[in-house]
Amino acid sequence: MKRKWSETLGFLILTLSGILVIFILGVILFDIISKGSSVISWEFLTHPPREGMTKGGIFPAILGTFLVSMITVLFAVPLGMFAAIYLHEYARAGRLTRLIRLSIRNLSGVPSIVYGLFGVVIFVQTLNFGTSILSAGLTLGLLTLPWTITACEEALKTVPKSYREGALALGATKWYSIRTNVLPYAIPGMLTGTILGLARASGETAPILFTGAAFFLPHLPKSIFDQFMALPYHLYILATQHHSIALVRPIAYGTALVLLALVLTLSFTAIMVRYRFRKKMKG
Amino acid sequence: MSHQFKILVRHLNFFYGDVQALKDINLEISPNHVTALIGPSGCGKTTFLRCLNRMNDTIEGIRMEGEILLDGTDICSREVDPVQVRRKVGMVFQKSNPFPKTIFENVAYGLRINGNYSRKDIEELVEKSLKDSALWDEVSDRLEDSAMELSGGQQQRLCIARALAVKPDVLLMDEPASALDPIATQKIEELIRILKTKYTIVIVTHNMQQAARVSDFTGFFYLGELIEVDRTDKIFTRPALKRTEDYITGRFG
Repeated sequence: MKRKWSETLGFLILTLSGILVIFILGVILFDIISKGSSVISWEFLTHPPREGMTKGGIFPAILGTFLVSMITVLFAVPLGMFAAIYLHEYARAGRLTRLIRLSIRNLSGVPSIVYGLFGVVIFVQTLNFGTSILSAGLTLGLLTLPWTITACEEALKTVPKSYREGALALGATKWYSIRTNVLPYAIPGMLTGTILGLARASGETAPILFTGAAFFLPHLPKSIFDQFMALPYHLYILATQHHSIALVRPIAYGTALVLLALVLTLSFTAIMVRYRFRKKMKG
Repeated sequence: MSHQFKILVRHLNFFYGDVQALKDINLEISPNHVTALIGPSGCGKTTFLRCLNRMNDTIEGIRMEGEILLDGTDICSREVDPVQVRRKVGMVFQKSNPFPKTIFENVAYGLRINGNYSRKDIEELVEKSLKDSALWDEVSDRLEDSAMELSGGQQQRLCIARALAVKPDVLLMDEPASALDPIATQKIEELIRILKTKYTIVIVTHNMQQAARVSDFTGFFYLGELIEVDRTDKIFTRPALKRTEDYITGRFG
């Protein structure tokens, strides 16, 4: 009898924990959607802010976040993918490999503000890219790199060893076997992880704070060496730095809603890619 | 003299790190015959098989000593490219491993590696290989279907077809029927008997009846040593050594 009680209690705690998680997400979503949806309009999405950000839209911030994300993808995806291929397919167990893995693990634990500082020193000053889309994109790229590498390696792990051996036994070179019989099956998994990493990066404020994001710009960026406005930073300004915070609160919520929609769209894309990949692997 | 044999193994030692897995193996493998390797699990027979196409090279920390002469050339030597060895020595694995591609693309895979076949050549060679592996009649109308939809026995015959397509001289089989039902096993065994007219076949098997049924020569491995090798009928009726007899009659192992 006593055992049955503890069983029921345990089950109850687990269930409540699960429900609580959904509840928290639900509250956040409800709060943002209910307060933000009223300002969402075509004009809000396609026009720049006006009258000290109290009117108008957030188009420059949407564009800025998009452009920075492109740089992040172009930098982090190939680098992360190649590093993962090296680590999983070529690296021999040894001191160097251990050091690389340790570095990757530690990189993922570095606070994002530290990446920001690093970005200033390396990209803005040393490489002289200035505070720009390029510097910010590269900084975010560094931030996502450990995620990308880990995701790509996990994807490579899911490809059975027998595909590699089967190809080698037919006289394929190692690179041919990886290229034709491993990567095609790993790439969807790699994309899934990469998209999730990107979703995280596109919501970061600290790394772009010093490296390129601008408080306000009267014009759109003309090249990747220009400063830009970004959704998370815009939100931060509207929520804490504006001269009349109460007045712009709806716009802040609208910005939050757009950012959230962007991130959720990316995550949803990742789920779809993974789903299609699973179906394909089952043949 | 060495050309009397397809493969000549001399004083082969093999190590995984510090562990010696094969001890001074000496073996001659005759062309167009089936040589079966039997022995309890962990005796080294699969390791030995994987020496014959340098498949062990994919494992870290291995070391090989001695000679394996394939048509008189030592394939153990560092100067020899294992990729070239594997084009002459095909392999069929214990667990059938079709690639998640179409039936056609599975068989064509090895042909595309070399890349100097025309489309028509590839189509002809795929058809021929599927006929040689006795699968053509079952799949000729669905070559564009996924290989994953085939039954276990069909998948294994597909893997044989895939290996045959690149025209090897030698075919290594690592317990090719161990995961198959008796009917599928029988088909594989019939196929082996037909294939030996064109290829030299080395087969590792746990199933002693299978060794007796399909092979011309049988080698008995135990604890990394090749204990005895002889004509199959002799090994199974009057082996020279007591240890071989004990294993075959099931007194240990």
